[in-house]
Amino acid sequence: MYRYVFRRCLGALLVMWAVATLVFFMLRVVPGDPFAAMTFDAGDAQSIAALKDKLGYGQPVVVQYGKWLWHAVQGDLGNSIYGSRVPVNGMIAEAFPRTLSLATLSFLLALVIAIPAGLIAATRRNTPLDHGVTLVAFLGLSMPDFWLAILLIIFFAAGLQWLPAIGYAPLSDGFWPWLSHLIIPAVAAGTAFSAIIARMLRSALIEVLQTDYMRTARAKGLGARALLLGQALPNALIPVITVMGIAFALLMSSTVIVENVCAIKGLGRLLIQSILNRDYPAVQGAILVVSAIFVFSNLAVDLLYGLIDPRIRYVK
Amino acid sequence: MTATLPGDAPLDEPIALQRPTRRQRLRAVLGADRKAQVGLAVLAVFAVAGIFGALIAPYDPNAMAFDMLTAPSWAHPLGTDDLGRDLLSRIIVGTQVSLFVGVSTVGIALVVGVTLGLLAGYLGGWLDDIIMRYVDLQWAFPNIIIAVYLVAVFGNGLTNVIAAVSLAFVDDFARVSRSMVLSIREEQYVAAARTVGVSDFRIMWRHILPNATAPIIVQATVSVSYAILAEASLSFLGLGVESSTPTWGLILSDARSFVSRAWWLGIFPGLAIMLTVLSINFIGDALRDYFDVRETAG
Repeated sequence: MYRYVFRRCLGALLVMWAVATLVFFMLRVVPGDPFAAMTFDAGDAQSIAALKDKLGYGQPVVVQYGKWLWHAVQGDLGNSIYGSRVPVNGMIAEAFPRTLSLATLSFLLALVIAIPAGLIAATRRNTPLDHGVTLVAFLGLSMPDFWLAILLIIFFAAGLQWLPAIGYAPLSDGFWPWLSHLIIPAVAAGTAFSAIIARMLRSALIEVLQTDYMRTARAKGLGARALLLGQALPNALIPVITVMGIAFALLMSSTVIVENVCAIKGLGRLLIQSILNRDYPAVQGAILVVSAIFVFSNLAVDLLYGLIDPRIRYVK
Repeated sequence: MTATLPGDAPLDEPIALQRPTRRQRLRAVLGADRKAQVGLAVLAVFAVAGIFGALIAPYDPNAMAFDMLTAPSWAHPLGTDDLGRDLLSRIIVGTQVSLFVGVSTVGIALVVGVTLGLLAGYLGGWLDDIIMRYVDLQWAFPNIIIAVYLVAVFGNGLTNVIAAVSLAFVDDFARVSRSMVLSIREEQYVAAARTVGVSDFRIMWRHILPNATAPIIVQATVSVSYAILAEASLSFLGLGVESSTPTWGLILSDARSFVSRAWWLGIFPGLAIMLTVLSINFIGDALRDYFDVRETAG
């Protein structure tokens, strides 16, 4: 088991290294020079070269890569090439808690909706209620997350004025300001996730409810509630966990996009803004951290199987 | 009393001499599935809008006018934007880009991915290792994020968006086709073909591929809907095609500052995206039933 975990962690680090390396070299191969843009495209070749030298981008790409990797391994992601050259570490440290807040809330909210929806749909199979849940799940899967965020802003922020439309308030400003800023983006980011989980839970429950051990439990006189929540749900959750990895990745990518709608300066917004500015070190840093989230959440889900289902054990 | 066996058909009933053909079965599945019918109908409307585009748009999608931010009316069924441009016309022209990107990227991803999957699955060995390491690398990330990474590297523009989105979907097809190949490779007819000296290429093309189509078709349908969402997301983030081309994502992105004053700008372009994606998902679901392919999320 420990060997397995160790190997998977090593694999995860390798994936991150591969992504960082690919992005590093590809960024420098393709046209679109940020240094020319920094001189407002008015600089001659000489002044652009001088600027590059000053910022440490005049060296051969391989040397730059070696330096970057050496520092990155030590936890230093370099400095932004713009303005006062703020450290990328600082930018990420500022953005990370926002993304974490949003993703966590979104995850919890989605589960709170998906689990009862799946239970209701499975136990009242082929009733209007079941069809309703299925249709809503379809809608949730088909709705672009950024559009859902806009819709929620139109209704709940602009129309009813219940919630702030954009921005973020740290938890230190109080619980409600923090929560109220996150509700719209959390719902928008979590809807597709919720839909996947609800659908998966429904079909898993239907299968479990038809098994022999459920019939036995019913014959022993277990109440409907104990039967459903105590026996059926835990067994039905196993196949749900198998899609959890994909679903969670979807949630994180929605978070990246929704942050840009709701002007939450999290990792997603940092990523997009630094791409638009062609701020190399910031792009590299943001991609590295975003990738780490994906890779390690996949890993966590894989390890969770073994924990939840004793039949699955990693022997290798 | 004489026992009747299940196989004994009463003589007065005609015996079906032929199994229903594929087309008949497909029609039967679609006929029974109301969601798929709705999906096909809605998609047909969008296809017409996509094919004819500017020809059927009531106005020039980029023509500015003084009636800015006007609510839906007979003159402008879906209203106008902040520059007085007709929203309906912009959405119709945007259909072209969305459907074109959705279909072309999946087409490219399918050809590349299935080729990789065939080679990896059939030939195996070091080629399989290399291809699958790459596919696993890509599998760790959602397609939209890969597309964002790639546009980050290559820059904006229609060609780059198509390249980025296609590449982002390659892994899905490589995985599906490889897993099919691995089981088909062991079939007797493949062994028979190999025994009589059929070339590897011909075996892959004529014997394996035709038997692996069902899950690939289902994957392609699902992927088109995700590709349309990916293109819209990229445009929305400012990482899409040129800003002179109205795409659904871009129209929504432009509308952001005005949605509190002009709800129609926020509602209709997104509705177009959702209806298209929903229709494709409905059809994909019916195809999945028809081909009896087990559901995979994402």
